[in-house]
Amino acid sequence: MNTRIAIFAALLCAPAAPAFAAGIADAPAGATSCSGCHATSRAVDTAVPRIVGRNPDEIVTAMHAFKSGARPGTVMDRIAKGFSDDEIKAIAAWYGAQKD
Amino acid sequence: MAPKEMAPKEMARKQTSRRDFLKTAAAGAALLPMPAIAQGAAGQVVVVGGGFAGASCARFVKRIDPRIAVTLVEPNATFIACPFSNGVIVGLRDLKAQEFNYDKLAADQIGFTTASATGVDASARSVTLSNGARLSYDRLVLAPGIDIRWDGLPGYDEAAAERMPHAWKAGEQTLLLRRQLEAMPDGGTVVISAPANPFRCPPGPYERASLIAYYLKTNKPKSKIIILDAKDAFSKQSLFQNGWKALYPNLEWVSLSAGGKVNAVDVGAMTLVTDFDRYKADVANVIPPQKAGRIAEVAGVADRTGWCPIDPATFESKLVPNIHVIGDACIAGAMPKSAFAANAQAKVCAAAVAKLIAGQKPDEPRLINTCYSLLAPDYGISVANVYGPADGQIKDLGGGVSPINAPSSARAAEATFANGWFNTITAEVFG
Repeated sequence: MNTRIAIFAALLCAPAAPAFAAGIADAPAGATSCSGCHATSRAVDTAVPRIVGRNPDEIVTAMHAFKSGARPGTVMDRIAKGFSDDEIKAIAAWYGAQKD
Repeated sequence: MAPKEMAPKEMARKQTSRRDFLKTAAAGAALLPMPAIAQGAAGQVVVVGGGFAGASCARFVKRIDPRIAVTLVEPNATFIACPFSNGVIVGLRDLKAQEFNYDKLAADQIGFTTASATGVDASARSVTLSNGARLSYDRLVLAPGIDIRWDGLPGYDEAAAERMPHAWKAGEQTLLLRRQLEAMPDGGTVVISAPANPFRCPPGPYERASLIAYYLKTNKPKSKIIILDAKDAFSKQSLFQNGWKALYPNLEWVSLSAGGKVNAVDVGAMTLVTDFDRYKADVANVIPPQKAGRIAEVAGVADRTGWCPIDPATFESKLVPNIHVIGDACIAGAMPKSAFAANAQAKVCAAAVAKLIAGQKPDEPRLINTCYSLLAPDYGISVANVYGPADGQIKDLGGGVSPINAPSSARAAEATFANGWFNTITAEVFG
């Protein structure tokens, strides 16, 4: 899929400053919505964990656990239900490739 | 798109519009942004409205393709955010905490023009501004938010709003309602009139009622609050009602079928009139019917409902080509009119606009809305859903509201996350 190319491109042109600069044009469906809650900047005061630069496998595992109900969430248990496994995988890969 | 890839006709049009733009730039002097005439611009995008939708869209178009010249048209130098402004009304926050400016957008090479859009010539692809300037566009994004329907509730006009504030656009109205609550003697009655759907921030009237009830319970315990509603059902209803039962015995909700619809207001008598009753208020907060901001009507993108039908994948108007409408002004199907939704739509629209300018096919999007409401400073509830296009509309693909039976620790956690959300989204849009 395009995702792999996008990640490769994102890695090649690692952004100098703002997280999100690289590969933003190739963000998979749904990915750009996440930053409404998951801050891209470390400077933001929030209890919500950051997902930029996080291991994609961790994100996928967490999303599946939220989706199945194995892991309780506040909003993520509900949001996870709206995404297919492929969508989750693509979003996780894209965030994982973002430079922290 | 590189110039050599342009069809000759397209090229000619672009050159003309750029020349016009330079002409206008000369006439309008400092009003026009330098980046818009940057060399090798791959297209021109004009965004009207600098709220959560418009400011986000301007930033993301630029981030997706820095070669696109982006101009943001907004009459106010300071943006005052509506989310969390209910906290300002009851003294939990300062209005200052709601204020943001556009300095960081200028640093992103986005041209900022302090003016209102007054006209749109869709065939010439140009926007006229209140300062007389004219901006050409390849794609126009309208994010005008809401206007009050001053003809929507008999007796309620702009003068009436000085006595019975709507406080549905944050700023002076927010402070007015705050002062009225502070001045009200203990034992007084606060009445909120909630409109029929659709309107900005569906859970907003109920969060406001909750926080006012919290303020009264804390400061003026003999007082009561009544919500007169033009609806029988509302956002996060069972969660609100559950919380009210536990926290606020002095809060009463009167549904449409119980006679709650306000048909008129009598400002002189501080009275709200329903089918069967007249409610005398010490403080009256009238949340009136609304429509898309005026430029939507001027541009011809609003339909008879007063809102703007859009393509669910690109947010391009179904009525006028090359104009996109995002945020509260658009008809976004199952998505509510919230700041989170506006920001999510803006990013999807930005991606679509960049693709369309490059001559590519936009992707099928997914969007999220997460919307927190506070029943008390440490009591939060939420609705969270994923959306995508289906059958020409934006449909709900999954999600839901907070569990009805949750421990107080869960409500406290949601209140904490709500605060984090406000900090995060405002940092993304304005920071």
